[in-house]
Amino acid sequence: MVTQVTSFSRNGLSDFIVQRVTAYILAVYTVIVLAFVLTAGGLTYDIWRAFFDQTWMQVFTLLALISTCAHAWVGMWTIGTDYIREHYFGDNANAIRLVYQVGCVLTLACYMIWGVQILWGN
Amino acid sequence: MKNDHRPINVNPSDLFAFAWPLAALASITHRVAGVVLFVGIAFGLYALDLSLGSAEGFNSLMMMMGSPFGMLVSWGLLSALAYHFVAGLKHLLLDLEIGDTLEGSKFAARTTFLVSVILIFLAGLWVIQG
Repeated sequence: MVTQVTSFSRNGLSDFIVQRVTAYILAVYTVIVLAFVLTAGGLTYDIWRAFFDQTWMQVFTLLALISTCAHAWVGMWTIGTDYIREHYFGDNANAIRLVYQVGCVLTLACYMIWGVQILWGN
Repeated sequence: MKNDHRPINVNPSDLFAFAWPLAALASITHRVAGVVLFVGIAFGLYALDLSLGSAEGFNSLMMMMGSPFGMLVSWGLLSALAYHFVAGLKHLLLDLEIGDTLEGSKFAARTTFLVSVILIFLAGLWVIQG
C-alpha cells in the first residue's frame, strides 16, 4: 500500500469513505435549505434568522460546514495529484503541488473559521 | 532496473484527438463544477454572513442578488451546485453497483446531463424572478 504523506488520512479507503459520508450529509442539507427557501414564500430577515436560530439547524449547519471542508479537501487533493505531476509540469511538479495543497488547506481553514464565526459570532 | 514501459497519461493537447465518451464528459464536468464550488463557498459564506448579521445586511444582500451581476453569480453557482449534486448522486448509485455496466453508464451520463439542464433552467427562472 502506498502511503501518501500529503493526504490527511494517509489512506485512500478512508478518503473514499469521508467523501461518501460527507456527500450524503451535504445532499440532505442542500435539500433541506432549498426546501425551506422555496416554501417560505416571501423570505424576510426574521424568518431566515429564526430558521438558523434553531439548535438543530445550527448543529446541522456546522456539520455541513465541516463536511464541506473535508469533502472539498479530498476532491482538491485528488485533482492536484491527478494533474500536477512531472509528466505535465516537469521537474517542479512536486513543489507546485505542495504549494497548491497548502493553498487549498489554508483556504478551507479560513472557510471553517469564518463559518463558525458566522454561526456563533452574530 | 528502470521500467520504461510504464503506462503514462496522454498530453493534455492530445485530449481533443479522442472522441469523449459521454461518461467521461460527465466525470470531468463533475470535477470542474467541484472546483467552481470550492471558490463559490466564499460567496456562500459571504451571503450567509450578510443575511444573518442584520435586517439591513439581509436587505442589501437581496439588492445585490437582484442586480444583473448578482443574478449571474447566483445562477452560475446554483448551476454548479445542481450539476455537482446530480453527478454526485450518480456516483453514490455507482457505489451500489447501479449503472456500472457500459449501457448503464451511458444511460446514467445522459440522465445526469438531462436532469442537470432542467435544474439549471429552473434555477435561472428562480434567480430572475427573485
